Amino acid sequence: MIEFRSVTHAYGDRPVLHDLSVRLAERRVAIVGGNGSGKSTFARLLNGLLVPSAGSVLVDGLDTRTDGRAVRRRVGFVFQNPDMQIVFPTVEEDVGFGLKARKVPKEEIGRRVAAALDRHNLARHRHQPAHQLSGGEKQLLAIAGVLVLEPAHVVFDEPTTLLDLRNRRRVIELVRELPQNAVVVTHDLDMVMDFDRVLVLEDGRIVADDVPSVAIPAYVKRLS
Amino acid sequence: MLGLYLHRESPVHRWPAGVKLGGLLAVTAVVLALPGVWGALAAGALGLGLLPAARLPVATVLRHLRAPVAMLALLFGVQALLAGTGWEAALVAVLRFAALILLATLVTLTTRVTDMVELFERVFGLLRPVGVNPAKLALMLALTIRFIPLLAEQVREVRMAQQARGVERSIAALFVPLLVKIFTMADDLAAALEARGYDPADRGP
Amino acid sequence: MLSTRDLVLCALFAALLAGLGMAPPIPLGFLPVPVTAQSLGVMLAGALLGARRGGLAVLLFVLLVAAGLPLLAGGRGGIGVLMGPTGGFILGWVAGAFVTGLLAERFATGVNPVRLFAVCAAGGIAVVYAGGIPWLSLVAGMPLEKAAFGSMAFLPGDLIKAGVAAFAAAAVRRAGVLPAHA
Repeated sequence: MIEFRSVTHAYGDRPVLHDLSVRLAERRVAIVGGNGSGKSTFARLLNGLLVPSAGSVLVDGLDTRTDGRAVRRRVGFVFQNPDMQIVFPTVEEDVGFGLKARKVPKEEIGRRVAAALDRHNLARHRHQPAHQLSGGEKQLLAIAGVLVLEPAHVVFDEPTTLLDLRNRRRVIELVRELPQNAVVVTHDLDMVMDFDRVLVLEDGRIVADDVPSVAIPAYVKRLS
Repeated sequence: MLGLYLHRESPVHRWPAGVKLGGLLAVTAVVLALPGVWGALAAGALGLGLLPAARLPVATVLRHLRAPVAMLALLFGVQALLAGTGWEAALVAVLRFAALILLATLVTLTTRVTDMVELFERVFGLLRPVGVNPAKLALMLALTIRFIPLLAEQVREVRMAQQARGVERSIAALFVPLLVKIFTMADDLAAALEARGYDPADRGP
Repeated sequence: MLSTRDLVLCALFAALLAGLGMAPPIPLGFLPVPVTAQSLGVMLAGALLGARRGGLAVLLFVLLVAAGLPLLAGGRGGIGVLMGPTGGFILGWVAGAFVTGLLAERFATGVNPVRLFAVCAAGGIAVVYAGGIPWLSLVAGMPLEKAAFGSMAFLPGDLIKAGVAAFAAAAVRRAGVLPAHA
C-alpha cells in the first residue's frame, strides 16, 4: 500500500502539490490531469525519486525520506521517454543493469534477463544496440528493465504518450496483465477505463477520486 | 560497437589487448630512444611483417594510413624546402612515426573496442588506492557509448531547427539549446539510473 | 564523490564531443575552411562542468577514441591518430578541459562573457597547444619554435571558438539549468 500523509511539494518557491493525503491500495490506479497539474511530481514521489517538501510518503510502511533505497527496491518506475531510461549500449546489458546494481549473482542475472527478453519479445534483439530499436520496442525494453527487478509496485509515467496505436495497445495489454500493483500517470483515458480507481489532479490538488466511470466523466467535464 | 576493428581469424587478433598495447608502448619507447633511423626501420619491418600475419587487407590499412602519412610527408617537405639544414633529423622523426603509426593502426584494427575498454578499466583499477573507482569509470564508458547516437541525433536536430530559422551560421545558436537539453536530460537519466537501484555510494565489486 | 548526475553529465558531454565530430563542419565567419566544433566542446565541458567533471568527460571521449571508435571529426580514431602529428592536441584536450574548469571555478563563476572567454582561451587554447606543439615537434622532427609558429595557423579559429564557447556558456548559465554546485 502507498500512503501520502499531508504531502506538499514545491520546486524552490513554486508549489506543485498542496497538502495531499491519500491511500492507494488498489491493483490499478490512474492519475490523470492536465499539463502542470502536478501528476509527474506525484509519480516521482511514489518511489523516492523526489522526497516531499513537507509531509511524508509511505510505501508498504517504509518512508521514502528515510528508507529511500528500500522503497526504490519495492517500486519500479517506467518513464515516459524510453530514450531517457535506456542507459546501456545493448539490449541485454540494459536489462541486466538493475540486477547488476543490486549485486545479483551473475548466473541469476543471465537467467532472469533471458526470461525477461523472451517475455517481452526482445530475445532476437539481445545483442543489438538499443538505439536501433523502434519506438515501441524501446518502450518494451525500458519496461523489461524495470520488471526484471520484480518490484512489488510499478509506476508508469505516461507510458503510451510517445507510441503509435499498435504499440500503445501492446503496452496497455502489458499493464493489464501485470501481477503487481500499478499506478499509471496518463493522458490516455481509454487506457484507464477498466482500472480500479482514478485520481484527477488539478493545480496540485485532488479534485476527483473515484472509479473510472465516475471520475473520468467528471474530469472530461472539468476540461470543457 | 565495432568501431574500426576488422575481424579476421588470425593469431594477431587473438593476442590479448594488453599484450598488443603494452608491446606498442614498449616499441615506441625503444624507437624513440634508439639514435638514427634504425629504430624506425626495425619498427617498420615489424609492422610489415605483422600485416600478413594479421590477415588484414592491405588496401584498408593503407586507407587508414593515408591521412597521417600525407601529413607527415607535408611536414617533412616544408622543412626540407624551408630549412635547408636539419632535414635529416626531420626525415628520421617522420620515418619513426610513420612506422609507429603503422603499428598503432594494426593494434586498433585487430583489437575489439570492448577488449580495449576492458583493458583501460583494468589499468584504471590499479589507481583504486588513490580514489579512482573503476566501476564508475566502466559505467560512464558504457553510458557514453549508449548516448553517442542520441547526441549525434540531437546535434543534427538542432542544426536542422536552426537552418529552418535561417540562423545556421550562428554556432552559438547551435550550442545553447543543445547544452540546455543536455542538462535536462542529465536529470532524467540520473533519475532513471537511481530508479533502477543504482547507488553512487557503492564502491563496486 | 561523483553523484549519479555527475556520472551522467560526464558521459553526456563525452557523447556530445562525439556527436559534434559527426556533424558536418560549420562555416565560421571569415575563415576559409569550415571548422569542427569538437575543440569548442572541450572548452564548454570545462567551463560548464568544472575541472574534475569536465576533464573526466573529455578523458572518456579520448579513451573511446583510443579504444578504436572513429569519433574524431572526419571519422578518425584509434591509437594511430593519437600517435600522429596532431595527437598531442587531442591528448591536450583532457588537460585543457580540466584547466578551463579550474580557472572557471575560480575566476569565472558568473555570466561575464569576457571572463569566460579568458578562461576558455587559457585552458582550451594555451594548455591544449602546450600539449600539442611539443608532440608535433617530436613527430615531425621540427624545432619547437617552428612547430609553435606553424600551429599559429589555427589560432584565429580557436580564438573564435573560445568566444563562442564563452557566449554559449554564459547563455546556458543564465538559463538556470546548472546545478547549484557547478
